[in-house]
Amino acid sequence: MSDKNYKMNASCEKANHVCDKTQYNEASLWEKIKLSIHLLYCKACREYTHNNKKLTKAVKNSEVQCLDCKAKETMKEEFHAELEKQQH
Amino acid sequence: MPKHQIDPNKWINLYSDYLFNYTISRVSDRDIAQDLVQDTFLAGLKSMKNFKGEASERTWLISILKRKIIDHYRKINSNKGKAEVRMNYNSDTESEGDWLEERVADPFDKTAEDSIQNTELGDAIHNCLSKLPPKQAQIFTMKTIQGYDTEVICNELNITASNLWVIIHRARTSLSECLKENWF
Repeated sequence: MSDKNYKMNASCEKANHVCDKTQYNEASLWEKIKLSIHLLYCKACREYTHNNKKLTKAVKNSEVQCLDCKAKETMKEEFHAELEKQQH
Repeated sequence: MPKHQIDPNKWINLYSDYLFNYTISRVSDRDIAQDLVQDTFLAGLKSMKNFKGEASERTWLISILKRKIIDHYRKINSNKGKAEVRMNYNSDTESEGDWLEERVADPFDKTAEDSIQNTELGDAIHNCLSKLPPKQAQIFTMKTIQGYDTEVICNELNITASNLWVIIHRARTSLSECLKENWF
């Protein structure tokens, strides 16, 4: 990202953290206000926020699906049982 | 060109989500999709010696999966013996608008292009996810796609909340970077 050109400081780190939380609706109102004030003068974080929002939207729009952990585990077990059988 | 190697031990970690997403956008049923993915892995295992290394493992597995999906549709169709014909006569006499237009417009076709795009975007996302370090990909998936709470993930994986957010931040940065090249 092009924020190498800008100086990242502690307040940017905090702002990006709040931005991440916002993507999951976990930021408080006060945090969001502080973030928008920070974004007024910080180009790097503006860019990060922009990309971050885009990513959230993309994931939502794609309706991407995943196996949950349990299903994956059972799949692994069955698969490895079969694998063992084949190697003997 | 170096030949592609085959290593079934890593299959499930590397490809199961990608294959699952590929399947579910085509059969739209989680259980069936899961079975098909499992079948694909087992079939791949059986025909491992036919793997020539010309294509990547994933391409090879996808080609098996495609067959499985076709077989699945064949099977359910032979049970019924016929395809379902959807006819939608508008019995609602109150409806306004052009009589003919209402009958010509196919409501089932409206989202065809959208759903193709969604499928491709889903593939692109899984592609980028597979380039992340596995731990990052796992945590990002749990948090963003499966929507687990922070606490649940922390307990399950034995990490602290701030740890989780750092990982999420890294994952999001590299993901948007990766998607920017191929999608945005």
